[in-house]
Amino acid sequence: MSAPRPYTLIAEITYRCPLHCVYCSNPTSYKDHASEMSTDDWLRVLDQAAKLGVVQTHFTGGEPLARSDLEALVERAHARGMYTNLVTSGVPFDRARLEGLAARGLDHVQVSFQGDGAESSRSFADSDAWDQKLAAARTVHDLDLALTVNVVLHRGNLDQIPGVIALAEDLGAERLELANVQFHGFAYENRGALLPTSEQLDRARDVALAAKERLRGKMDVLFVKPDHFSTYPRACMDGWARRFVQVIPDGTVVPCHAATTITSLSFERVSASRSIEDIWETSPALAAFRGDAWMPDPCRTCERKSVDFGGCRCQAFALLGDAALTDPACSLSPHHDAIARAREEPSRHFLFRGRPNR
Amino acid sequence: MSATHPKLARRARLRFDEIEKKHMLLYPERGLVLNESAAAIVELCDGTRSEVEIVEALAAKTDTPRERVAADVRELVARLSDKGLVE
Repeated sequence: MSAPRPYTLIAEITYRCPLHCVYCSNPTSYKDHASEMSTDDWLRVLDQAAKLGVVQTHFTGGEPLARSDLEALVERAHARGMYTNLVTSGVPFDRARLEGLAARGLDHVQVSFQGDGAESSRSFADSDAWDQKLAAARTVHDLDLALTVNVVLHRGNLDQIPGVIALAEDLGAERLELANVQFHGFAYENRGALLPTSEQLDRARDVALAAKERLRGKMDVLFVKPDHFSTYPRACMDGWARRFVQVIPDGTVVPCHAATTITSLSFERVSASRSIEDIWETSPALAAFRGDAWMPDPCRTCERKSVDFGGCRCQAFALLGDAALTDPACSLSPHHDAIARAREEPSRHFLFRGRPNR
Repeated sequence: MSATHPKLARRARLRFDEIEKKHMLLYPERGLVLNESAAAIVELCDGTRSEVEIVEALAAKTDTPRERVAADVRELVARLSDKGLVE
């Protein structure tokens, strides 16, 4: 099978991050891949990705502002005709840098918040970053760049949605991403403390949908469904190694940011002799779950197999030890009880990324 | 709700894709592949023309009946303003 065209490159340029989010979905073993490619390596990846068909690039991390060559990378992506997105915590806030990035062709900035006020950043990111975040978002708006406000939702902040919507409106955001936490990496470690109640979710969804209606044409309100409370799994990455190609800090090419947790697969790194195009087209790990030939029952004969692609491979591996099984988030999975059980195991314990266990 | 003089939002970029030989409309984290007639409409959404003038310009260029062009323009402009891509 020939490889499909990836439209989006997720350039995860560093794992360094000033925050310590309890819902961070980077693998807890991120330090194994934390060595960072050089500027030239990344420029080569951008050139090759453009040839491969990429038209959208997300600069993300970790905190992409931690790399001082971000400007050069944005400039190159823009020169290759890509739409450039910066996914940032806004920390450290530096107006001159944002101005420089805008001048080099940055199109869109997504700034993360932890809830409706400063206390949320302290509680869920162990950081006093709130004012810097506000300043970053206001600067993005001043510079006439597109602004997305992103909030990862969980038990601790789902009830803050009205305040979050008001915040996004006040900041002049064009998009508000209300993303229910996905349980990878640190978020998986903290699942018992992050899992919401279904009553919370219902209330939040109603508020989000009402805002979506009210703000239509002005602000796009996206409510990313929580897969632990859905009948069917989410269409993870729109299918494995299909529309998205991701490169992590050390140059490993993966289908999603959590994929290195699937230790039964071996992903390859780009190098002077191995391009991202070669890897995309020939890597056995990327081919492993493309299309539907790999699918087990009940996916194989399911009419939704082209809708959700069997769900999330990382979740199947993490919960069931086999990445080739149906995502247990699916109610049709014979192992769905792995999800149902989790909903009944609340805890109050948090593991903060990059902090000693407390 | 559609603007009287539709204008592509600053956050949206129209580009020609050499691989598929089609226009694409790119916006934050998303993109739309446009067919030829949609691309022709979007190209005229520059804020200097009214919807009626866009219809006139396109009807003059093609053999498509005016009502059909008008319906296409109305539908696309409404769809794109809903997404905040046309102001």
